[in-house]
Amino acid sequence: MTSGIGAAEPMQTTRAAIGDSDPDGADRYNYAYLDEQTKRMIRRCLLKALAVPGYQVPFGSREMPLPYGWGTGGIQVTASIIGPDDVLKVIDQGADDTTNAVSIRRFFARVAAVETTEATAEATVIQTRHRIPEQPLREGQILVYQVPQPEPLRKLEPREGETRKMHAYAEYGLMHVRLYEDIARFGRIATTYSYPVMVNGRHVMSPTPIPKFDNPKMGGNPAVQLFGAGREKRIYAVPPYTDVRSLDFEDHPFAIQRWDECCALCGAGDSYLDEVILDDRGGRMFVCSDTDHCGTRRARGHTGRLGADAATAAAAKPRGAAR
Amino acid sequence: MTAPVRTAPTPLLRVSGLTKRFGPVTACRSISFDLHPGEVIGIVGESGSGKSTLLSCLSARQRPDAGTVEYATRSRGLVDVYALSEPERRLLARTEWGIVHQNPRDGLRMDVSAGGNVGERLMAVGDRHYGHIRAKAEDWLRKVELDLGRIDDLPRTFSGGMQQRLQIARNLVTGPRLVFMDEPTGGLDVSVQARLLDLLRGLVRELGVAAVVVTHDLAVVRLLADRLMVMWRGEVVESGLTDQVLDDPHHPYTQLLVSSVLQV
Ligand SMILES: [Zn+2]
Repeated sequence: MTSGIGAAEPMQTTRAAIGDSDPDGADRYNYAYLDEQTKRMIRRCLLKALAVPGYQVPFGSREMPLPYGWGTGGIQVTASIIGPDDVLKVIDQGADDTTNAVSIRRFFARVAAVETTEATAEATVIQTRHRIPEQPLREGQILVYQVPQPEPLRKLEPREGETRKMHAYAEYGLMHVRLYEDIARFGRIATTYSYPVMVNGRHVMSPTPIPKFDNPKMGGNPAVQLFGAGREKRIYAVPPYTDVRSLDFEDHPFAIQRWDECCALCGAGDSYLDEVILDDRGGRMFVCSDTDHCGTRRARGHTGRLGADAATAAAAKPRGAAR
Repeated sequence: MTAPVRTAPTPLLRVSGLTKRFGPVTACRSISFDLHPGEVIGIVGESGSGKSTLLSCLSARQRPDAGTVEYATRSRGLVDVYALSEPERRLLARTEWGIVHQNPRDGLRMDVSAGGNVGERLMAVGDRHYGHIRAKAEDWLRKVELDLGRIDDLPRTFSGGMQQRLQIARNLVTGPRLVFMDEPTGGLDVSVQARLLDLLRGLVRELGVAAVVVTHDLAVVRLLADRLMVMWRGEVVESGLTDQVLDDPHHPYTQLLVSSVLQV
């Protein structure tokens, strides 16, 4: 399922940005929008990041025709690695159909002439905000994360020079202070998003605002995982089959979120669920946050509690577009 | 001038010819002394005497221009702290040393709970058992006479005296062998000062920890320090046993210092 090829309707921001410098036509920007020198610079940073898993590599982030917070870091990474033979999927909170996901997909369809898809299995490059697809990734696929805050220690240590030293010398006691504070306050580790991980036994890394439910998928993954933070000008990476462990305490081990219910639409009992309000009388249901996963399961004949009846409601379910 | 204080062998800290300049100003000039395990040395002088510069040079926070600071590590014996790599120095600072800052804001994490502040050093040296860290934090809050009911409160809700006691607990929890203190009672009310001094004295004696205490307050050194160094214009002008120096000062500056305190 592809969309936006030829981009009959380019995203507004793109048109505006391109129009500024090139009023005669939108076809004269470089392939994938960034100039070749910038792409080479970013690719060098990506190689360095892959060589030192979890290490944050500074890079010269460029202005993109999108406001920060819309995934400019991820877009620059994608722009640097994408080629005409790639098939791109973009998800936002697991969904392919949010404004943000649609905009980014159209952007690349237009500036890089790539085929786009919503099917995880068909994609060669998947740019994501907030989720890792439920369908296991395979070798050859690249997952590009949009990262708002790359520094896992930032909340407790505002000084950049100091956090750099902590990474350089592997002084990570402070990371556990954050988890300690959780348990002291809530009786358990209450961090559910951006749950810190240790990569390759060496660097503590923020897995971006993905739910901790997805943390176990990062470890030993056959795909390449790339992280781009535009505003903070950092790139980091997890190469295929790398050890990624969620930090925890011996007496408070890491655990993922669990739900009492299964997906109301496809009946999945092992996927990340979003709560959807159905009416103003307290009616609600839980459905897969990964829309492709849910749709694929339904197409194969799986049904949940509400089955096909709720499909319409699901299609209308509210999702945040950005931020 | 006074001969450097050199006593029995195997010091914990050996300072030799330490000099630190800031442009044309020599903040510390050729300072030498030994500190032995369990010993408390006081460094007194007015502001600008070089005592704070000396303390940061001793505690590996400011590299001297000349001279050495050697510390007897548990594993390797006497090592020149400025010849260590930075990570080694930082490790030393959070395992074998403690630093109690004059301003608690420099020594505490204000947006981390009291318990988290005390537990940080434990976690920094690899403790990964919440229950154990918590129990240790409680134990240390008790030792510095802080209300256990405040263990999950933020230090910014504490009084100055309580913050200072929390800072002490945070430093002592991993059993350091040497603690650097910069005006530990500075800025506190007199009654609070007295209580803190009593507490410090008890802890230092009980734990057998060595300390370097920098202060302008002779009452502090009188109570805490075994030995005393008087600094004036970047030099140690007099040193010796605390009571001796304070009761029978030889150098005119020390005499002035002692008499001015007596007049207060
Ligand atoms: Zn589903």
